[in-house]
Amino acid sequence: MKARVHVMLKNGVLDPQGEAVRHALGALGFEGVNGVRQGKVIELDLDDGASEDDVKAMCEKLLANTVIESYSVEMS
Amino acid sequence: MHAAVVVFPGSNCDRDLAVAFEAAGAKVSMVWHKDTEMPAGVDVIGIPGGFSFGDYLRCGAIAANSPICRSVIAHADRGGYVLGICNGFQVLTETGLLPGVLLRNAGLKYICRTVGLTVETSASPYTQGYNAGDVIDIPIAHHDGNYFADDETIERLKAEDRIAFSYTDNPNGAKADIAGILSENRRVLGMMPHPERAADSVHGGTDGQALFRALAGSFAMA
Repeated sequence: MKARVHVMLKNGVLDPQGEAVRHALGALGFEGVNGVRQGKVIELDLDDGASEDDVKAMCEKLLANTVIESYSVEMS
Repeated sequence: MHAAVVVFPGSNCDRDLAVAFEAAGAKVSMVWHKDTEMPAGVDVIGIPGGFSFGDYLRCGAIAANSPICRSVIAHADRGGYVLGICNGFQVLTETGLLPGVLLRNAGLKYICRTVGLTVETSASPYTQGYNAGDVIDIPIAHHDGNYFADDETIERLKAEDRIAFSYTDNPNGAKADIAGILSENRRVLGMMPHPERAADSVHGGTDGQALFRALAGSFAMA
């Protein structure tokens, strides 16, 4: 089975990389982009029977730094 | 003083840090990240600069979960001294030994140059060789040195006199101009600038020497 983890910077944490992307989009002529936040997606290939709680424990311990990042887990 | 310097794959300031400790009179042991225990009698653990594990996932995140870091945490929990420089500071925030996190520089560029630091407190084993308010010149070399913590944490660091160094001219967007912070018991210091690169006259500056000498001195007196 697979799990997909989305890690995003929390609201209120400045995202200079997202800002740079927003400026670049504006420079390319794409108008109306009011904000860009950049995160990451981590795909895990897991043994059958792994639970969402297992993946959340992985997020808390390693995959996200919860001081600045929030995460969400999709199991499939 | 017996110092241990932890070496991760991708560390690149480990030998410079060892030389700076030795110049201050310390005996130095190099410790590999897969080791599980510190050598007997270690007083100070140095976590060096570099790019441990290629900065994969987040700077310092993989290193903070390596086998040796469990003994670094145990050493700090017993009241031991830990000095984390640059990537070492990132590792210490990832272990939770120091609060906050180091974000990408606000200007998005890697910065490698000498900057001015204000010594914010002389009340620590690391900064007792300076006077509070001294301005010293120390090199920085980082892409992720933009210190961030929530406002409550920043206020607590200020109230508890735990900001060791601040930038005179903030190069990276760090909150409250923070360049280095101390743990609650003042025995763990994390800082982005590199005092070991300003510890010998051939470096072009010696303003970092006092940090290592003061640290060694606090063991000589004990």
